[in-house]
Amino acid sequence: MAPQSSETLLPVIERYAGKPASLLVLLHELQDLAGYVPSELVPQIASKLNLSRAEVHGVLTYYHDFRDSPPPRVVVKLCRAEACQSMGTEALAAHIEEHTGCRFDGKRDGALGLESIYCLGQCAQSPALLINDRLYAKVTPAKFDAILARAQEEGASA
Amino acid sequence: MTRLYIPRDSSALALGADEIAAAVAAEAQRRGESVEIVRNGSRGLLWLEPLVEVETAQGRVGYGNVEPERVAELFDAGWLAGGEHASRIGVVDEHPYLKRQQRLTFARIGITDPLSTEDYLAHGGLAGLRRALALDGAAACELLIDSGLRGRGGAAFPAGIKWRTVLQAQAAQKYVVCNADEGDSGTFADRLSMESDPFGLIEGMTIAGVVTGATEGYIYVRSEYPHAIATLNEAIERARAAGWLGKDVLGSGRAFELTVAKGAGAYVCGEETALLESLEGKRGIVRAKPPIPALAGLFGQPTVINNVVTLASVPIIFAQGAAFYRDYGMGRSRGTLPIQLAGNIKQGGLIELAFGVTLRELLHDYGGGAASGRPIKAVQVGGPLGTYLPESQWDIPLDYEAYAAVGAVVGHGGLVVHDDTANLADLARYAMHFCVKESCGKCTPCRIGSVRGVEVIEKIQRGEQRAQQVKLLRELCDTMLSGSLCAMGGMTPYPVMSALEHFPEDFGLPGQHAAAA
Repeated sequence: MAPQSSETLLPVIERYAGKPASLLVLLHELQDLAGYVPSELVPQIASKLNLSRAEVHGVLTYYHDFRDSPPPRVVVKLCRAEACQSMGTEALAAHIEEHTGCRFDGKRDGALGLESIYCLGQCAQSPALLINDRLYAKVTPAKFDAILARAQEEGASA
Repeated sequence: MTRLYIPRDSSALALGADEIAAAVAAEAQRRGESVEIVRNGSRGLLWLEPLVEVETAQGRVGYGNVEPERVAELFDAGWLAGGEHASRIGVVDEHPYLKRQQRLTFARIGITDPLSTEDYLAHGGLAGLRRALALDGAAACELLIDSGLRGRGGAAFPAGIKWRTVLQAQAAQKYVVCNADEGDSGTFADRLSMESDPFGLIEGMTIAGVVTGATEGYIYVRSEYPHAIATLNEAIERARAAGWLGKDVLGSGRAFELTVAKGAGAYVCGEETALLESLEGKRGIVRAKPPIPALAGLFGQPTVINNVVTLASVPIIFAQGAAFYRDYGMGRSRGTLPIQLAGNIKQGGLIELAFGVTLRELLHDYGGGAASGRPIKAVQVGGPLGTYLPESQWDIPLDYEAYAAVGAVVGHGGLVVHDDTANLADLARYAMHFCVKESCGKCTPCRIGSVRGVEVIEKIQRGEQRAQQVKLLRELCDTMLSGSLCAMGGMTPYPVMSALEHFPEDFGLPGQHAAAA
């Protein structure tokens, strides 16, 4: 996903003019293109879709998926739900924080972000996580270190 | 030419199935062996994934937990002829985990190529839809009522009665909505259905459309399931090209269109009215009922809303008849339940069985005990809002009424197993914490009650005024249970109270039920 300036996203918004029910679809499309939904676009989105700015802002901030700032180059999303807990996801989380020096759901820098999520549907193969949207199951600390290193190499060369 | 099956669903992909497929193709070429690789779905024997099957004269022979680095070794062992190897599990159909199951809804998963329309037809596909097209709406609803099918998403409302309400409603436009926002930890049956047999869901939804007069359908899939979304989109395109969907379904003159909608990471959107709000492009906030969605659902129009497994169970009911399905099960729980065995368990996976099986059978005969090898302490049944069952309750048959009688829920049939290292007070606090994170915020008991719930449980754990705080926790749970608008706040007390009741020692309380642990 290549970062884009807000202006290049205007034609995308134009395609949904007058279709307020398409707000989630539009936000997903903007985020797929730009990596996030620039907050300066809220007024344009609202006016094109016949919505109030509060409604657009409300949707943008209600859902966990939408971001209003560029994501880190590598994003790790670890499942913290019950099935993964039963197979040691909390110990894995502690390892990940120690290994990376970052905190889960804390402030993000440009290189790495750690996020907690709740269920990837891999509950019989716990613990599971995503690294840049790629799914891994039965993750051990050693396996994590290897796949993170690979993701960071790919991130650096991209 | 030897045919190999390498799954393409996300449980196999998460463990390297794509790398294995590439390694198999490369190794076969290097050795001059002619192979055809079919990317099937998962059989649901998830502890064996990636499970590669080789078609032989005896049947499809399976090799479990295949790793890309060991592919050459498997060729050396003569696997193309079903040769011996440490990872060989024998003919997959004969595997005891699979052979003892009663697969109706999941009859095709792992066997077919999920995206092959020919494969679907060759395995009984569309027989249900053809039957439904030949019936009038009222008779079709009666058939579904007779089958005893109840919603498999959790609330267990009779599907046929819901459909009949939509059929009888007068409106210019009606909808079918599939709730594929499977956000409960320990549940993956919807995902397996969508990724491994998407045409089954498409057929079920089309039947719902032609029976009730709805011409548009939406599948609302959580964004955490990108593989399911991609598979469904591709399957819908192929179904449309084959004339199964569109303006003239199977040449009947009836129209049905299907669209996939992607969620955006909100657990509460699995609640049907919040899901409808989200599908309308709004914040996924719960609506007060009535009106019920069957009368005023999507965009205020009559709407059939069922989850994936419910809709995917419909084709076989129409194909085989109501009695065929009703003959499975017990009491008022008819047919089969797709049980998802997960968490700390040796042999986790999908088990489809008639209602009535017990947890003890599932945990031991199928699951083989805890993955850690330690004693099992508690099983949470029915997702994060379900109760924790101690060993004293493992002989209760899985049946909606039998579970309700002890204050438990069958829910979606997801089981999460915890061994004796689990602390139930921590899990109870987590249940409240999850409600804090995921409450839609519309009603006070859920929004505020969950925040207070975390605080109170922490005080109990720290031993601050313990007796008083336990009393407060009970009152708080009672308020959430009776005062919340939907199951999010209304059922969060279930895991909390069951943990407190059955595992008091984990809260630092005298263990009067210690024997139960």
